[in-house]
Amino acid sequence: MEPYELTIAEANTLLAEKKLSSVELTRSCLERIEATEKAISSFISLDPELALQAAAKADLHLQSGEGGGLCGVPLSVKDLLCTRDRTTTCGSKILENFAPPYDATVVEKLNSEGAVIVGKAAMDEFAMGSTSENCAYDIPSNPWNIECVAGGSSGGSASSVASGQVLGSLGSDTGGSIRQPASLCGIVGMKPTYGRVSRYGLVAFASSLDQIGPLTRDVSDCALMMQTICGYDRRDSTSVDRPVEDYSSFLTQGLRGVRVGVPREYFSDGLDPEVHKVVMDGVGVLRAAGAEIVDVSIPHIDYCVAAYYLIAPAEASSNLARYDGVAYGFRKAVTSDLVDMYKDTRSQGFGPEVKRRILIGTYALSSGYYDAYYKKASQVRTLLLNDFKRAWESCDLLISPVSPTPAWKKGEKADDPLAMYLSDIFTLSTNLAGLPGLSVPGGYSISGLPIGIQLQGPHFHEGELLKCGFNLEKGLNLERQIPAITA
Amino acid sequence: MKITRQEVEHVAHLARLHLEGEELDLMTEQLDMILSYVAKLEELDTEGVEPTTHAFSITNAFREDVVEPSLDQEKALANGPEHNEDSFVVPRVI
Repeated sequence: MEPYELTIAEANTLLAEKKLSSVELTRSCLERIEATEKAISSFISLDPELALQAAAKADLHLQSGEGGGLCGVPLSVKDLLCTRDRTTTCGSKILENFAPPYDATVVEKLNSEGAVIVGKAAMDEFAMGSTSENCAYDIPSNPWNIECVAGGSSGGSASSVASGQVLGSLGSDTGGSIRQPASLCGIVGMKPTYGRVSRYGLVAFASSLDQIGPLTRDVSDCALMMQTICGYDRRDSTSVDRPVEDYSSFLTQGLRGVRVGVPREYFSDGLDPEVHKVVMDGVGVLRAAGAEIVDVSIPHIDYCVAAYYLIAPAEASSNLARYDGVAYGFRKAVTSDLVDMYKDTRSQGFGPEVKRRILIGTYALSSGYYDAYYKKASQVRTLLLNDFKRAWESCDLLISPVSPTPAWKKGEKADDPLAMYLSDIFTLSTNLAGLPGLSVPGGYSISGLPIGIQLQGPHFHEGELLKCGFNLEKGLNLERQIPAITA
Repeated sequence: MKITRQEVEHVAHLARLHLEGEELDLMTEQLDMILSYVAKLEELDTEGVEPTTHAFSITNAFREDVVEPSLDQEKALANGPEHNEDSFVVPRVI
């Protein structure tokens, strides 16, 4: 077994016992990147030298026995998390040369524990997309079949972890952008409760929906990374001041007395039979582990896509107004007129999907349409929240699919924005309601592509989700493997 | 039709984007399709329902009004495509 194949927990043990050094582990990951990156394209930027420096520093800490939870562990971070003096492109041409003057809070936390940030992971431009095909740079491939998409928008984060390039990653999830690529690439991904992780230094897409979270090879690693990144931060005014639980301590608790809800609307006739079977296998595992399975209803789930694709673009149109060629790297000025400079910069700097969402959002917020679109969608958001409140009276968490199908071929939905939006149907509700959500590998399709299972729970019940996810992992007992990458 | 070519042109101006020719035609067609889909929300009666802007509401985050260290000007200006010692430089406005 090569060091790059280890989980974070396994690496921690070897590092602590001095059977492996962080430099050796980091070298193993860098060699794996060298061998696979051409086929996988997980990274927008890589800095092997900086990584080896961080690893050498981590080894000093480890030698003196003062290593933290992620000390010496090679990781990737999505390229919308600010890294001081290190390019942060958001997958966009408009931020091609942007080197932030500060670190995001989560990056600070990784650095202070001595984690090794190997590179910045590829993503859909400004996190808008479900396949990472909207990236202005190289598009990541699915490690299980490089002709397929890795999912999105945190596609590079998922492909880097699944292909053995790094042991874990940080992504962001606005409508499923951590959970869906995790599901499509066969790994674990968590979207924490809104306010649980500081968004300071996360380049904003839709501020009321965005949340940072981990992508890892198993549930125990997810708990470890959550422990590092969660917590109150006064620099994010929506950060919630509430103690962080010991997530790893939940894992070994049993499921007796836990009520798992199966929301009947998520299992319509249109659901892919392979996905349906995998989720039902998961239900069986939880029942066998002692959980009580209950039938529940989220009546407004069918309106999520419509509400989301008004609210998220509305917030995006406002957040992305700042890219006007004044404060950041890219400027295009054909004439000497200021408004033309704004327009030229934005028209050449943004890709088609970002423009589409800015236009929808601007329209939904514009005078005469505000009530019919933005306000209506925000009211539907209330109805959805009420659905979940009612569901929590009869169950502790929900089990459902993550993506309606396994990974699809690159290009397949690229020209049909609405078909792409509809693929987010199972994940959007989590963000609209601010809930925590977890994606755990559940099985494989006949063609060998991974299929994930989603767990959703009440606000701040991350520990319950991890406990249930751990039991799923144990009960399903899938063989842990890193796919052979054939270019 | 939910949205016309002229409306898309107007919204593009509001959003400070240039759209013309085929790009404008395609965008009109796609926006029309998306807006026709989201019209599904009209099926729901939301009379008297309070809108939600944040799923987990917290009150204002205040802090003491004291000066604290912040980003220095040089660093804040460093990413701008054109700047002088103390400001971003833009094309003439007036």
